[in-house]
Amino acid sequence: MVRTADAVVIGGGIHGCSCALHLARRGISVVVVEKDHVGRHASGVNAGGVRRLGRALPEIPLSVAAMGLWHNIAELVDDDCQFVPSGQVRVAENGEEARGLEERASLLRDAGFNHEVVIGREELRDLLPAVSPHCVGGMVVVDDGHANPYRTTMAFKRKAESLGVRVLEQVRVLRIAKRQGTWRVDTSTDPLDVPVLINCAGAWGDSVAVMLGEPVPMQAYAPMLMITARMPFFVKPVVGAQGRTLSLKQFANGTVLIGGGVRGNAVRTTNTASLEFGGLSVNARTAAQILPTMRGARIVRCWAGIEGYMPDGIPVIGPGRQEGVFHAFGFSAHGFQLGPIVGSIIADLVTTGATAHPIGPFRIDRFDSPPQRQRDALT
Amino acid sequence: MKSHYQLAIVGAGPAGMAAAAAAAECGATSVVFDEQPAPGGQIYRAVETPAAVDRAILGVDYWRGAELAKTLRDCGVDYVPGATVWQVSPTREIGVTVDGTAMLITADQVIVATGALERPFPVPGWTLPSVMTAGSAQVLLKSAALAADGAVFAGTGPLLYLVAWQYVQAGVAVKAVLDTTPISNYFRATRHLAGALRAPQYLMKGIRLLRGIKKAGVPLIRGVRDLRMRGDDAVSAVEYRRGHDWQRIEADQVFLHQGVVPNVNLSYSIGCRHTWNEAQLCWQATTDSWGESTVEGVAIAGDGAGINGALAAEYQGRIAALGALYRLGTIDADERARRAAPARAALAAERRIRPFLETLYRPPKYFRVPPDDQTVVCRCEEVDVAAIRKAVAVGCVGPNQLKSFSRCGMGPCQGRLCGLTVSELIADFTDLPVSEIGYYRLRPPIKPLLLAELAELQTPAASDR
Repeated sequence: MVRTADAVVIGGGIHGCSCALHLARRGISVVVVEKDHVGRHASGVNAGGVRRLGRALPEIPLSVAAMGLWHNIAELVDDDCQFVPSGQVRVAENGEEARGLEERASLLRDAGFNHEVVIGREELRDLLPAVSPHCVGGMVVVDDGHANPYRTTMAFKRKAESLGVRVLEQVRVLRIAKRQGTWRVDTSTDPLDVPVLINCAGAWGDSVAVMLGEPVPMQAYAPMLMITARMPFFVKPVVGAQGRTLSLKQFANGTVLIGGGVRGNAVRTTNTASLEFGGLSVNARTAAQILPTMRGARIVRCWAGIEGYMPDGIPVIGPGRQEGVFHAFGFSAHGFQLGPIVGSIIADLVTTGATAHPIGPFRIDRFDSPPQRQRDALT
Repeated sequence: MKSHYQLAIVGAGPAGMAAAAAAAECGATSVVFDEQPAPGGQIYRAVETPAAVDRAILGVDYWRGAELAKTLRDCGVDYVPGATVWQVSPTREIGVTVDGTAMLITADQVIVATGALERPFPVPGWTLPSVMTAGSAQVLLKSAALAADGAVFAGTGPLLYLVAWQYVQAGVAVKAVLDTTPISNYFRATRHLAGALRAPQYLMKGIRLLRGIKKAGVPLIRGVRDLRMRGDDAVSAVEYRRGHDWQRIEADQVFLHQGVVPNVNLSYSIGCRHTWNEAQLCWQATTDSWGESTVEGVAIAGDGAGINGALAAEYQGRIAALGALYRLGTIDADERARRAAPARAALAAERRIRPFLETLYRPPKYFRVPPDDQTVVCRCEEVDVAAIRKAVAVGCVGPNQLKSFSRCGMGPCQGRLCGLTVSELIADFTDLPVSEIGYYRLRPPIKPLLLAELAELQTPAASDR
């Protein structure tokens, strides 16, 4: 039996579920097709950071808009997603890093953003009493924070379903073809006929793009995380480092999550993400040097999720080359916080053909060689 | 210790010790990592240095381990006691901590010989202090002779009777043995009696143990259908029911036991395929006739690949080592077959008793899938049956999702103590077979690792390789 809907979303991660939710709110009928189950990969197993701090410039307007939604997330999805506005801080370990933070802050001020605030040695100690004596300062965003990623993704899914979205799990997209003005999506179960197709396939987004004739230079890696047994409460904000890879947060139950993007190996065909303990060792050393209390932490679990990385470190968001195609993938290990707004942007594009958010830098054709781009412009 | 071995064996119980001996005979460079300070595993724990108990108390079977331990010491393999293996990767990179130093080494072949764990026994109050397992009761007796008077033993299975008997032999007073074996199991087991009679030594041993317990005047109460632990800060009484009325025994120490199951933490974390064994009610790694798992170069030997007991583990260890030696090119197929033949025959004989034991001591569903909503399932995170029921009701489809819904299985033990209960509970709530529910996705470190140890991890590049 051929299923029909106004739109199909490929991928049941945070972005797919958010697109489905925002489209459903605007009266569009949506089917989400997920090859595993919702939140199985990067969306469900990431570090849960909800930050504007340190974002690439093109992402800042989107990240700021997303933050507005995060602070009222229960209004959107009927669940608090365990969002905690704990603040986020990026630590400078020497004068040069501190100067780097100053430069960054002034760059942002010039662009009209003042959420990132530089702090000195004393303020850093007030904020992080456990910080190592060698740290000289930092940069803070006070109302950034963290949330529970799996719970958040599931909340988006449930809310979308309550608005009529159908979520098909363990259904794989096999082929996509245009037939009489609609997209025929052949799947491992029934085919779908839809006028609108949205690629939110995360670390598999490039495969969907290839089916649509739009290859992109995406790579899959497996950012690694580790969590400790419960510890006495010692750190409130999420802690990052200016010069090194680190993201560390302590949850209300006392456990400490350490990540920051150290990469393990991803094998997409088998859904496996393997750990690389050499990299985790470097991450552990960074944590122990910036917060010496961490030396005594007992690591109870390490894991990795499969994520798609673009060469320039920012995602693909926007219309595809063919009518009725939209993309939102390749978030390069910092897509979770953007989830709530990206769905809204895609819904803008689908329903009105335009969006007020500046998405130019995320065009899918930005990786084309110049002659290719010219040829596309002519046709 | 080297940074690379042809063969690495994890565990120095009967399977690991026998595997090491077989490898040494054929001259492969091998290492045995074991968490304990001395060889023997759980079954032959402290076999080289028994504490204040004499040979008669532990029984003659225990001393077979001494020979294996002596061979391990003398055979020329690197035996590393006090070694915690916290990861084995699918490419056979091994993470191990010895004396506070964590390091990565590699091996061409790995034999996982990590044995068995006691099956969880989730009854009301099972998490109270001084409610322990029969296995830990035996540890107290074997290594420290710390056993205290007045304990109640409750449950089913050979180990329960053995430990109660050992207590009696050691002159430690046992208040009662509450036997939870369903009476119907006795009738079902008679079907397998013919097979069991071909291994009469096990039947005789069981009869001897129970006779010894009764002779010592210990009340042996059969057909216990309900069980709960009472107490505020620690257990103070056991209540049980055979028919309508609850009975009460005051006790400040209770040992629970309802059989052993494969310890699958390491094999799962490596990525080996596992299947549900309905006869033994447990997950076990899929292995071929040489013990090799679905991950190339990784074999599982002993109770870790299905419960067959200590003697079978020894034969399986030998067979797995010969398989590994063949894959290494150390021996050819003919030599492998020739050397394995006696072990295979002995293994087949050992297995004859299993259908009888599995049927007789099959723990009933009401002690595996706790019917009471308030019974704690995950001890670490204090998640009860009601919380799991609620998670399933809102769409949780398996153990991995359950972690995100409820934190069940996310504490320091990483599901070792609740995994089986969770698989069976979700199967019960969803009315699906356990095989479709699956198990926790386990990740290294499978044993807690200090962050400082990880920060100073010694990698092969940095050491003597």
